Amino acid sequence: MRRSVSIAGLAAALVLGTLGLGTGQKSYVASAQEKTSTMEVKIDNFSFGPVTLTVPVGATVTWTNRDDIPHTVVSTDDAKTFKSKVLDTDEKFSFTFSKAGTYPYFCSIHPKMTAKVIVQ
Amino acid sequence: MSEKKKDELLHDHNHDGVDRRGFLKCMAWAGTGAFCVMKGGVLNSYSLSRLPEPGSKEAMGELSFVQISDSHMGFNKPANPDVAGTLKAAVDKINGLSAAPEFMLHTGDISHLSKPEEFDTVDQILKSATPKNVFYVPGEHDVLNDDGKQFLERYGKGSKGAGWYSFDKKGVHFVGLVNVMNLKAGGLGTLGHEQLEWLEDDVKHLKHSTPIVVFAHIPLWSVYPEWGWGTEDSAQALAYLKKFGSVTVLNGHIHQTMQKVEGNVTFHTAASTAFPQPQPGKADSPGPMKVPTEQLRSVLGITDVNYVQGQHALAVVDSSLA
Repeated sequence: MRRSVSIAGLAAALVLGTLGLGTGQKSYVASAQEKTSTMEVKIDNFSFGPVTLTVPVGATVTWTNRDDIPHTVVSTDDAKTFKSKVLDTDEKFSFTFSKAGTYPYFCSIHPKMTAKVIVQ
Repeated sequence: MSEKKKDELLHDHNHDGVDRRGFLKCMAWAGTGAFCVMKGGVLNSYSLSRLPEPGSKEAMGELSFVQISDSHMGFNKPANPDVAGTLKAAVDKINGLSAAPEFMLHTGDISHLSKPEEFDTVDQILKSATPKNVFYVPGEHDVLNDDGKQFLERYGKGSKGAGWYSFDKKGVHFVGLVNVMNLKAGGLGTLGHEQLEWLEDDVKHLKHSTPIVVFAHIPLWSVYPEWGWGTEDSAQALAYLKKFGSVTVLNGHIHQTMQKVEGNVTFHTAASTAFPQPQPGKADSPGPMKVPTEQLRSVLGITDVNYVQGQHALAVVDSSLA
């Protein structure tokens, strides 16, 4: 259900974008921002927060490193579904989850740092 | 001399040259600067305030080398906005040592972000050090983004695998190990099967009386696993070294000096030349610790190691940059 709504939203945005309807575009951007604010993971004090993040299919999750030390975001599976470059202070990494499932990940520099994203 | 006598071995239960009292004496100074000498099965410990007379056999040694660690070139946060300046201070300290070291060991985290210019800066600064030879092992900050390719190209000539190797100096066998590659989620430092096999083979034919010095970035003993300060498979590596009468393990990574004696093995971690980190569990995280600017150099440092041949002795001395 959620999925069809977000696809519809995306399609609408595309249509509005192509038509160049300024006001429509603006409202779309605002709602997208609201949405992404709940899909962020902050890295503070050598830990990911929240440790477990639940998001809908198709969501883009953004990680921000707020430590004085660099970190990475690397999925634990052998295929390395997602793998950031090293993130220095205030650098970000984003990944869009297109399939439902549980995605454990860690910092490959400080492997004690582990967390997961649940996509449903 | 009477002081020295007090430290003589009273109970050698394990025939390893270490009694409980001597061990505790050494531990008491860990973190503030300790100087421990193994001599003919007797462990003598000195505080830095009463070091052996300069020029004495203990101070000079027959082989003298220096360990530096965690220069983190490129780091520019409040804990130390001038890591180049403090590395230069470390070089000045080395150049001022009474017994000129023959070479240096760098136990990793040369750079902060594995950037070529960071390695270049360290190379440039170390050129002004009296000892010209530097032996490196990588820290996790030196192998970012490229699985250590650049590190190997720069510092790993003649090494095996991810950069491990061994060499001999004046009868002492040195082994450089790599424990920062292929780290697994939730785990600690790792040596891996291939490197362990190489180590077993490397030391197999050595006489039991050969002094061994092992150096690696992450501690090869369990300092504080909660912060990842340890190595998963270090017990296996140490098992291969069990037969030797004198083993000295030199590590970095935790940005503070710490020492532990276990049988014939002395474990030692060096201070960073860049910034201090908190004592195990004494902060929310092991991140850089900000101290008042005027105190910074007192928590950074170098480690000077002396070996006296035939005396079964390896003396490890930490000096701050203050």
